[in-house]
Amino acid sequence: MSDTAIERSALGDSLAIGSALLCGAIGLLYAFAGTDTPIAINGAMFAIASLLALGYLITHPSDAAADRDEGYMDGPIRVATIACVFWGVVGFLVGDILAWQLAFPALNFDLPWTNFGRLRPVHTSAVVFAFGGNALIATSLYVVQRTSRARLAGKWSPWFVVWGYQLFIVLAASGYLLGVTQGKEYAEPEWYVDLWLTVVWVAYLLVFLATLYKREEPHIYVANWFYLAFIVTIAMLHVINNLSIPVSLLGSQSYSLFAGVQSAMTQWWYGHNAVGFFLTAGFLGIMYYFIPKRVERPVYSYRLSIVHFWSLIFLYIWAGPHHLHYTALPDWAQTLGMTMSIILWMPSWGGMINGLMTLSGAWDRLRTDAVVRFLVVSVAFYGMSTFEGPLMSIKAVNSLSHYTEWTVGHVHSGALGWVGMVSFGAVYCLVPWLWKRQGLYSMRMVEWHFWLATIGLVLYITSMWVAGITEGLMWRAYDNLGFLKYAFIETVEAKHWPFIIRAVGGLLFVAGSLVMALNVWRTIRGDAPVDIKDQPAVAAAPELRGLRAVPAE
Amino acid sequence: MAHEKHFDHVTGTETTGHVWDDDIRELNKPLPKWWLYVMYATIVWGIGYWIAYPAWPTLSGYTKGMLGYSQRSEVAADIAQAKAAQDTFRQAIDKTPLADIKQSPELMQFAMAGGAALFGENCAACHGRGAQGATGYPNLNDDDWLWGGTLDTIHKTISYGIRSSHEQTHATAMPRFGLDGALDAAQINDVASHVRLMAGLDADKEQAARGAATFADQCAVCHNPDGTGNTEMGAPNLVDSIWLYGNSQQQVAASIATGRGGIMPAWEGRLDPVSIKMLTVYVHALGGGK
Repeated sequence: MSDTAIERSALGDSLAIGSALLCGAIGLLYAFAGTDTPIAINGAMFAIASLLALGYLITHPSDAAADRDEGYMDGPIRVATIACVFWGVVGFLVGDILAWQLAFPALNFDLPWTNFGRLRPVHTSAVVFAFGGNALIATSLYVVQRTSRARLAGKWSPWFVVWGYQLFIVLAASGYLLGVTQGKEYAEPEWYVDLWLTVVWVAYLLVFLATLYKREEPHIYVANWFYLAFIVTIAMLHVINNLSIPVSLLGSQSYSLFAGVQSAMTQWWYGHNAVGFFLTAGFLGIMYYFIPKRVERPVYSYRLSIVHFWSLIFLYIWAGPHHLHYTALPDWAQTLGMTMSIILWMPSWGGMINGLMTLSGAWDRLRTDAVVRFLVVSVAFYGMSTFEGPLMSIKAVNSLSHYTEWTVGHVHSGALGWVGMVSFGAVYCLVPWLWKRQGLYSMRMVEWHFWLATIGLVLYITSMWVAGITEGLMWRAYDNLGFLKYAFIETVEAKHWPFIIRAVGGLLFVAGSLVMALNVWRTIRGDAPVDIKDQPAVAAAPELRGLRAVPAE
Repeated sequence: MAHEKHFDHVTGTETTGHVWDDDIRELNKPLPKWWLYVMYATIVWGIGYWIAYPAWPTLSGYTKGMLGYSQRSEVAADIAQAKAAQDTFRQAIDKTPLADIKQSPELMQFAMAGGAALFGENCAACHGRGAQGATGYPNLNDDDWLWGGTLDTIHKTISYGIRSSHEQTHATAMPRFGLDGALDAAQINDVASHVRLMAGLDADKEQAARGAATFADQCAVCHNPDGTGNTEMGAPNLVDSIWLYGNSQQQVAASIATGRGGIMPAWEGRLDPVSIKMLTVYVHALGGGK
C-alpha cells in the first residue's frame, strides 16, 4: 500500500472520529438544553448512538494490510438485510394491531401512546421506510457492486449510511410515540429528524455514485438506473416537502413553509412520488437484478427497459394531484394529475412485462422454487396495482373510491403484494449469498411463508374492496325524497366484518414474516439446510456453487 | 465485445452482448406492439382530454377547455338541483305551524324522512342512533323530558341548546354543592341516601333522615319536595326510576357534588329553520312527545 493510500485512510478515520464527536456533542446539547421532553429524549438517543460509534472507531484503528482487501464490501449490507427483516416484523405487527383497533376500538386501551393517531405513522414509517428502505439499501449496495465489478466507495461511509439510517428510524418512531409529528402523511418526522435523514441520504447518494464511477463494466446495468432515480428523486422530494421553520432551534416543533392548497399539493407531489420513486422505481431495481439472477435467464427486452424507464420517470412526477380530486385544487391541476396517471399505465406495465417475460424458458422454476414464486407473484401484484391506480385516478371512479377503504386496499396490494413479496424474494436470495451458505435453512419454510403471505394478502385486498365500495355507495345513497339514506356511523358499522377479515389477513401476513425471520436467523447461524436437494444451485453463495452436488434435473 | 453477436440458447434470440455479474444478459427484443399501441392510445386520449377540459397553466391563467367545464359550477348546479327537488315540501313546512304538520300525511312523511337523516348526522353521536341515549345523554324515546316534551319546548331546546353559547339557551344549572363547598362530603352522602330512598332504592335510613333536612333546604326548590322535578328549570324528576348519570350511591353523590351541568349545543345557525322543524317533529314522534 502506498503512502498516500495510508494517509488517505488515516484522514478518513480522523474525519469519522471528528464527526462522531461533533454528533455526540450536538446530542448532549439537545439532551440537556432541549426545550421539550421529546427533543431531549431524542437528543439523548442521538448522543448515545454517536458515542457508541465513536467508541467503535477508536477501538478499531486502520489496518493498512486488511484495508487492501479488494473484495466486495458486504458488512453494511448484512446489517441492512437483518434490519429489513427485523423492521418488517415490527411494522407488520403494528399494522395488524391497528387493524384490530379499527375493528374493536377499545383495543387502544385509552393510552396516549397506543392510540391510532400515534401508532399509525409508526406502522407506515416502519413498513415503508424501515422495512422497504433497508431492503433498498441492502439490495442497491449489493447490486451496484456486482454489476459494476467495484467495491463500495468509501471506508466508513457505507457503514454510516446503514447505521445512520437505523438511527433515523428510531428517532422518527420514538418521536411519533411521544407525540412529535408535523402532520404530513409519510413525512411525519419533525425538522431535526428530517435534517439527519438528509445527511444520511446525501451520503447514500455519494456512495452509490462513487461506486458507479469506479465501475469496471462499460455499461451501467438497468437495475442501477432505477436505484439512482430512486435515490436522487427521494432526496429532492424529502427536502422540498419538509421545508419548514423551527419554532425554536432547541424545540421539536416547526411551521411548514407552505400553507393551504399549496401545502396540500406539495404534500401529494411528495406523497405520490414516494410511491413512484421509493416503492416503485427502487423495487424495480430489485426486480431487474434478482429475477434474472435467480431464474438464470436474460432480461426480456433491453429496449423495453429503456423506454419504460424514461417514460416512468417522466410521468410519475405529474401524478400527485389525483390525490386531491374534487378539492380546492384548481381544475387544471386535477386534469393533469389524472391524465398523466392514465398515460402512466403502460410505462408501469413495461416493468411488469420485463419481469414476467424474463421467465420465458424457465417457467418451471415457478413450481420448483418458492423464492422465484415470491418474485414473480410480486410482479403480478405490481401489474394489478398499477392498473388499479390509474383506474382510481379517473375522477368519476375517484368520486366513489376516495376517502374509502378501497384506497387502503389499493395501497396494501402494492405494499404487501409488490414491495413486500419482492423484498422477501430478495432477502431469501441475499441471505445465503451474503453469509456464504449452501442454501437457505429450509425451503419448506419459504413455502409456508409464501402461502401465509398470499392468503393474508388476498383476504386483505378483497375485504377492503368490499368495505370501500360499500361505504362509498352508502355515502352517496339518497332516498326518493332527496335525503341521505345512511348516517355516517351506519357506514362505519357496515365495515365491521370486513375489518375483522382484514385483521385476520394481516395476522397471516405477520405469521409469515415470523417464519421468514426464523428461517433467516437459522441460515445466518449456520444451521445445515434441511432440504438442500429442493433448492436450486443458484441458492448457494456464488463462491460455493461449484462445490455443491447439483441435483439431477 | 458489444459487436460480437451472442444468442440466447433457449429462445434463439440475439442478446445485446452486454454481460454483468457473470451471467446477466439482455435479449434484444422489440417493444411489444400491443404495449406500444395502448400507450399511444392513452397519450391520444390525454391530449383529447386536455383540449376538452381545463388543463394547462398559462402566464395569466389556464387553458379553459372546449367544454367549459368547471368543478365549482358543476357542484353549484348539483346543489341547486337537489334544493329545487325539495323546494315544494320545504316551503310548505316553513309556512305550516309545528302542530299542524302532522295533519298532512305527505308533509309528515317528508319531515320524518328529513328528521331521521338530520338526526343521524347531527344528534346520533351523543343520543345514539336509536335516540336511546347513554350516561349523560338523555334517552329521547321515553316520556321523561328535562326541558319539556311538547313540540314547542323540543323546538326551543334544539334551537338554543342547553347551557350553550346561545343567548336564549336553557341556562339554569344545578349548583356544584361539593366543588363549591356548600355541603361537605358527609352531608352530600346523606342527601344521596335520602334521594335513593325517595326513589324507592335501598339506602341507609339514618343517613337519609339527616339528608331529608338538607334536601328540603337546598334541593326542593327546584326538584320539588316530593322529588318530581320541574321542566321549567330542567330539574330532573328524581322518583321516576330514570337516571341520567346513574343511581348508585356514589353516582348520585357525584351528581350532587359536581352539579353535572351537561351541555347541548344550539343548532340555530348551524341548521336552517326548516331542518330544525323537521328534527323537532321527528324527535317528538319518537315515542315520548307530549
